[in-house]
Amino acid sequence: MSIRRLRRGLAPYPPLLRAIPDPPPVLWLRGDAEPELLARHSVAIVGARACSSYGRSVARTLGRELAAAGLVVVSGMARGIDSEAHRGALDAGGVTVAVLGCGIDRDYPAANRDLARRIVERGLVVSEYEAGVEPAPWRFPARNRIIAGLCTATVVVEARERSGALITADFALEDGREVMVVPGEITSAVSAGSNALLRLGATPVTAAADVLEVFGIERVLEPVEAPGGLAGRVLEKLAEEPASIDELARALGVPPGAVAAALIELELVGRVSEGEGIYRASVAS
Amino acid sequence: MVTCAITSTVVGLEPRRVDVEAHLVSADLPAFSIVGLADRACQEAKHRVQSGIVNAMLPWPARNRITVNLAPAALRKEGSGFDLPIALAILAGSYQLPAHRLLEHASFGELSLDGRVRPVSGTIAVADGVRRAGLKLLICAAESAPEAALAGIDVVPVNHLAEAVAYLRGEADIRFASPPGSDDLEEPFVPDLAEVRGQERGRRALELAATGEHNVLLAGPPGTGKTMLGRRLPGILPPLTRDEALEVTRIHSVAGTLPAGRPIMLMPPFRAPHHGASAAAIVGGGAVPRPGEASLAHRGVLLLDELPEFSRPVLESLRQPLEDGVVSVARVGGHALFPARFRLVATMNLCPCGGRGDPSADCGCSPQRIAAYREKVSRALLDRFDLVVAMPRPRAEELAAPPGEPSAAVRARVVAGRERLRDGDVLRRTEAASALLDRAVEHVPLSGRGRARVARVARTIATLAGADSVLPEHLAEALSYRSPVGVASA
Repeated sequence: MSIRRLRRGLAPYPPLLRAIPDPPPVLWLRGDAEPELLARHSVAIVGARACSSYGRSVARTLGRELAAAGLVVVSGMARGIDSEAHRGALDAGGVTVAVLGCGIDRDYPAANRDLARRIVERGLVVSEYEAGVEPAPWRFPARNRIIAGLCTATVVVEARERSGALITADFALEDGREVMVVPGEITSAVSAGSNALLRLGATPVTAAADVLEVFGIERVLEPVEAPGGLAGRVLEKLAEEPASIDELARALGVPPGAVAAALIELELVGRVSEGEGIYRASVAS
Repeated sequence: MVTCAITSTVVGLEPRRVDVEAHLVSADLPAFSIVGLADRACQEAKHRVQSGIVNAMLPWPARNRITVNLAPAALRKEGSGFDLPIALAILAGSYQLPAHRLLEHASFGELSLDGRVRPVSGTIAVADGVRRAGLKLLICAAESAPEAALAGIDVVPVNHLAEAVAYLRGEADIRFASPPGSDDLEEPFVPDLAEVRGQERGRRALELAATGEHNVLLAGPPGTGKTMLGRRLPGILPPLTRDEALEVTRIHSVAGTLPAGRPIMLMPPFRAPHHGASAAAIVGGGAVPRPGEASLAHRGVLLLDELPEFSRPVLESLRQPLEDGVVSVARVGGHALFPARFRLVATMNLCPCGGRGDPSADCGCSPQRIAAYREKVSRALLDRFDLVVAMPRPRAEELAAPPGEPSAAVRARVVAGRERLRDGDVLRRTEAASALLDRAVEHVPLSGRGRARVARVARTIATLAGADSVLPEHLAEALSYRSPVGVASA
């Protein structure tokens, strides 16, 4: 695995990152992709590590849709929202960049070793720390300034009060970048911080298209065919409210086995996602 | 004079013939010793035998040096079942009953101080040993006589040592015991599925598990009925065949867990050990190997409630029985193989505090703690569960639903499905179904074992549906029982 470094002031150091108040003097890169991809249109998707299954589903769909539209998806490879955003981009066969808060050779958290391996197949893992530097709590806020600095827009999916994702949003605001927020349930602690950003005037994200608009990309969508039969009825129900298999079976008056079969079909085409036994429709693109 | 009484002891589950030899020599200084690797309970037999003989109003050979040898001497012997043969050998040695008659009978039982004969665990296994030793007659406690009769030998039931002596002297006629008929057996209480409201998916998983012999993991917040469902799996399993019943009865007899009043286990056993249990308690062990919970659940159901709370060694020790259907235990006291082919039902929460997945509870578990909780169940063990079902908290209207289908109705479908699985050809996958499986493998992480698991479950689903081949909808439903996100660490 090749590890390279970019020096501030020398091409191909990403120009957007160069523009923030304290750009790192050296940026380490892991992966074989050309460093110019850091200069492409990029969007950060960040959020809570302990996220809800709703947040997980939204992060993955956004990652997938935005990467499919050609954006580079940047995140911090933490558990929860970050990992899902990376995975979504990989699902779409897109390019994604992970910014580490530890040495360039480390996979942190270790559970994401496999994810890191997949990211560098087409994208990059970057860090301002040389090989061997241990992860430390104070390095993560510093890492967040790079995430915000690399991107034109930062999307916060779920954040508690005093969350690291809010630090990323603060950096983005200071750098004069767009801050966008996925609205969360007002009763949920895991959305308290992100909803507070909305109240302060951040742009709400209601579909992947809202983010693409910032980049001036109008995605010509091939009209998605509404699935017929039971799958269509299941999707209709889920569009109203997330539900378990049992609830769907009761509402539609069909055996749970048939509902499960319909859900799998929908899951394979990315129309629904599941978390802890609750199924929800994917966000509209 | 040296006399001999024949009996049998159990090593693991296997009976071994033991000859109880008694040698009486006139001596001024009376003595009574038992040799032949006898454990403490056997040594204490001296006191019970002496009191028993005296209280049976028979003379104790006082002016004698008595040596009792339990042969083969190299075999470790334990338990109180040797009391009766020791007493009979001594009585024969003191010319109080005919020694040649004694050689025609095996005997087995514990003596109380007043001479009554008490039942001892392992009766059916001992009776088996008697049959294999080529004998046709066994004298044992009246209470355990029906159980012994299951082995297919003639059993002489006795309540008191005096009765046994009278019988051997030819002074009393005792009717052989008959094996238990199905009429005089108490129906064991099994909770019914009708009591479960809602949770259709959980019920469906149980039905599939019972039909296709799959293991089930139920995951969800506390109070969603995971344990309640698990306890109802035995009730929808087909009754045991006669051979299975004898096999199960033998294990429970040796372990001393045969319920009173039920000398034969006709229904699949159900075991639910506490999560504090040791590996030896679960898979078997002890200085002299004894069957553990996994073997007591043989041909039945083993419920592990709160799976991640079990210690890691316990969980890992279950992999052998899950794979091979047997447990092998090697100890100083011997080596034993115990059958352990059971359906495993396990339950777990989604996080250590249990709040996760429950909208009304706020879960404060950190991602690290949740990951640590889930990692307690290894990937290898998780792979053994064909059916993983997430059970979210039911809503209020679900709990007010009418009672569900009763167990008997589900069992009828299970029995029919089992027959089809046993007699029919292996159902083939249609091409469309195979294509769906290939597509799924690209989208969801499925190991090689995971893929085989899905195929197996799909076959069960198709069988229950009465289909001739595995159709895409069967395969799709099977895919929905793979580890859902949030149960296995993603």
